[in-house]
Amino acid sequence: MKLEKILELPECRTLSEGDPNREISRVFCCDLLSIAMGKAPADGVWVTVMGNKNTLAVASLTDTACIVLAEGVSLDEGTLAKAREERIAILATKLPVFDIALEIYQAGIE
Amino acid sequence: MSDQLTFTYEIDGEDFTRAGEASSTVKNKLKMLGVDSDAIRKVAIAMYEGEINMVIHADGGTITVTVSDNDITMVLADRGPGIPDIDKAMQEGYSTAREEVRSLGFGAGMGLPNMKRFTDEMRIDTAIGQGTTITMRVLL
Repeated sequence: MKLEKILELPECRTLSEGDPNREISRVFCCDLLSIAMGKAPADGVWVTVMGNKNTLAVASLTDTACIVLAEGVSLDEGTLAKAREERIAILATKLPVFDIALEIYQAGIE
Repeated sequence: MSDQLTFTYEIDGEDFTRAGEASSTVKNKLKMLGVDSDAIRKVAIAMYEGEINMVIHADGGTITVTVSDNDITMVLADRGPGIPDIDKAMQEGYSTAREEVRSLGFGAGMGLPNMKRFTDEMRIDTAIGQGTTITMRVLL
């Protein structure tokens, strides 16, 4: 599945578009950056409620394709600008972690 | 690539939000050098964990990265408090990080174990009150 399919999900607001043509590998849910650092899959969609500069750093270093901020969490404009520069997609939703992860999964990730 | 390339970074111990910049820079340089992407991921993760540790525990330090034909070596040297019990520090889940660090999503006690998992060799030299030097090697 391509990233653009996730960008189209109605519950998500796009804060950074990333590369819509990027092929997505898996959905990954985790709020502890220490764990995400070791476990986030390359080209994955990472659902989290941890929204700070370090979230983007971890995503960048693990080759995460898209961060989905759940529960209405957001990121400051400086971090979003950096995400656009690095072509990492960032989406925000009011849904809880499980609900949005399930929706992404059902949209087409095996 | 027949010559060795060496990069050196001073890590600022004050600024937690900038932690990771050196690792990002190294990642981009390795990409430009055409290094295998699995090896880049290993180096990026191991170095980032080390960099975060230096900021959390040791008020910064110096990281030297050497790229050769066969391997990438990272040497992380700090003048922090040292590690009293390395076996304990290597246990997943054991952490001495402050509460404010935990609230940012770190301090889960995965740093050193991740560094070991993502590198082919890791050595810790530490002395109480003098500092810690961690040497990690990723084979190419």
